[in-house]
Amino acid sequence: MKYPTGVLPRKLEVTKMDQRRNHIISALVMHRPGVLQRVAGLFTRRGFNIDSITVGPSEQDGLARMTIISKGDEKVLEQITKQLNKIIEVIKVRDLDAEGTVTRELCLIKTHATSERSRSEIIQYANIFRGRIVDVGPENLTLEITGTPEKIDALIDLLRGYGIKEIARTGPTAISRGSKTI
Amino acid sequence: MKGSQAIIKSLTDEGVDVVFGYPGGVLLPLYDVIYDSDLKHILVRHEQCAAHAADGYARASGKVGVCIGTSGPGATNLVTGIATAYMDSAPIVALAGQVGTSMIGNDAFQEVDTIGITMPISKHNYQAMDSSEIPQMIRSSFYIARTGRPGPVVVDLPKDVQKGELDYPENITIDLPGYKPTKKGHPLQVKKASELILKSKKPVILAGGGIIHSESSEELQHLSELIGAPVTTTLMGKGCFPEDHPLALGMLGMHGRVASNMIVDECDCLIAVGCRFSDRTTGDVTKFAPNAKVIHIDVDPAEIGKNVAVDLPIVGDAKIILSHLVRVISQTKDQGKPDWVDYVKSFRASCLPRLSFDDVPLKPQQVIKEISEAVTDDTILTTDVGQNQMWMAHYFTSRNPRKFISSGGLGTMGFGFPSAMGAKVAMPDNDAVAVCGDGGFLMVCQDLATVKEYDIPVVVCVLDNRYLGMVAQWQKLFYDERISHTKLKAMPDFVKLAESFGINGYRVERPGEMKETLQEALKSGEPSLIDVMIDPDEILPMVPPGCGITEIVGEYKVERENPNEIPYRRSAQETGGD
Repeated sequence: MKYPTGVLPRKLEVTKMDQRRNHIISALVMHRPGVLQRVAGLFTRRGFNIDSITVGPSEQDGLARMTIISKGDEKVLEQITKQLNKIIEVIKVRDLDAEGTVTRELCLIKTHATSERSRSEIIQYANIFRGRIVDVGPENLTLEITGTPEKIDALIDLLRGYGIKEIARTGPTAISRGSKTI
Repeated sequence: MKGSQAIIKSLTDEGVDVVFGYPGGVLLPLYDVIYDSDLKHILVRHEQCAAHAADGYARASGKVGVCIGTSGPGATNLVTGIATAYMDSAPIVALAGQVGTSMIGNDAFQEVDTIGITMPISKHNYQAMDSSEIPQMIRSSFYIARTGRPGPVVVDLPKDVQKGELDYPENITIDLPGYKPTKKGHPLQVKKASELILKSKKPVILAGGGIIHSESSEELQHLSELIGAPVTTTLMGKGCFPEDHPLALGMLGMHGRVASNMIVDECDCLIAVGCRFSDRTTGDVTKFAPNAKVIHIDVDPAEIGKNVAVDLPIVGDAKIILSHLVRVISQTKDQGKPDWVDYVKSFRASCLPRLSFDDVPLKPQQVIKEISEAVTDDTILTTDVGQNQMWMAHYFTSRNPRKFISSGGLGTMGFGFPSAMGAKVAMPDNDAVAVCGDGGFLMVCQDLATVKEYDIPVVVCVLDNRYLGMVAQWQKLFYDERISHTKLKAMPDFVKLAESFGINGYRVERPGEMKETLQEALKSGEPSLIDVMIDPDEILPMVPPGCGITEIVGEYKVERENPNEIPYRRSAQETGGD
């Protein structure tokens, strides 16, 4: 009994690296201790990539919203969504499409700023990027900036030359455009 | 009411009549209530056996099994049993003691993070932080354990929570907004599936444990006969379809029957119901059922497309979907495929495995044949893990659901004996026989004390070859016969071991003795152990890992004269082994 020629074997598509893309997963979960551990544990155990995860209270009492950024192909994304849905404390899961979604991240950057010149340049950059100076010390400035992760990356690149002492990023959080909700 | 009383009341309200447990320091408040409650408590001799017994209880009866272990080591000893139940979707509730809430996190005596440890191996877990949470928590645990895709639920019970006072509510509502298992299959998908089935020429049904959980054996048989589709099963599905039915192919996969593996390879439509396409079932997925359109029916949407690409998924309860499918297909014409059915029947008959051997030492095939002759359709058989398990799965003819119990997913050695104990407790009118290997049985032999104390008349058949047979088989086939640490050089005399527990011990060495001895042991109505001396060199033909399921190595002995008609007969060297 041989395979008829020309019949393709049944297999799951193996995706090349460039077919993997970033997904924004928004999940409504019970606001309880241990839920973050369940979600994070799921990603480790199933070998899913996780770039960032943010959690905060949602519009409903007792529920929190989680925003997870993960890399993977469509098949991986499908498994992530299904496995997340299996967690009893996860109520809803949606993969947000990048175009129809507002994504924002908050970042605090502490830079060296000793000379008058570098101080004024940094302040100008902050203004251009619609950021703010939130703390000033004799040798440092701290900037606050909100925006897409790409915009924050761009500002960080610009500030590197001055000597960045510390960066604290929240990781992106996201919400869909228009009136639809999850 | 105290927390501990609320626990027992909640269990009783769920219809629990027996629990398997082992007490400990933090469980003192609970055990003080058990002392004068009507709930039957069976004191096991190792917590792992409590979990396996609860699992066997659940699989044999369909009810939720309950096990109890204390904090720390008690809970970690339960872990193997919980993971076993999780992999095979068995509904159990495991109650674990925990140090007092004020001590949690202090590395207190016998403290362990039970919630953290059991998170990836349970369907859900709860930690009660206040006595008032207990009634709803236990109600929800049972609901989650038995509904949807069943599974184990762990409840962590700190000592002070057991001691605290609460008002037991009159009505308990289950509030689980994130848990709503789909039951009814999508009608459009069912319609599409029926069209696909009617269009196919060579349909095959692959039935998994989901058929047993949803109790849809009857619907399965209807569908199979209606559309002329032979039925192959996974290990967990064994027994869901009578294996002496002319359309029954037997188990599929690495240790599957030739008929199953070849017919699945040839089919053009695979109707998979309640199975998860484990690697042991599919072999190399790229070579699995290469010509088939796959219809996958499962209650767990995450199983669809996980391992094998699916052409048509239907999410829901197998019983509802199968009867829906039968209804839809019955209304059409020309459902049957007589040519295919004839072909399957004759092919099946050409490669039924040979069972009769008069060799000494005994061949396992002969032992299993005699076991089959000694038991009835109502006997519950459990197996351990390894060669004994695969011999039973391959050669034993199961006719009824919930009568063949085995650790499939996790492959837990030591599962056979305690699960038979639980099954016998659940179904006292049915005989329970555990078929174990010598290695696996030795891991749990201390629980012979339990079956003696509570007079649980299980019969343990130890297939004794003084080897960790399955691993030794792989070493023989794929590792140049380098038998590294799989020879059991020092082993107890199992007959004397049984006798030391006050249990009848028998030894079987020759053809004919097994049937006689097993019948005698079952008739005695007492717990017994039969030490069966078998041929250590017998190898079960298998599909090497990473190969397609038609690439069977080893000599497949068939029940007929002309061995030239064996479809595949290859050596390990040809396929490259591992």
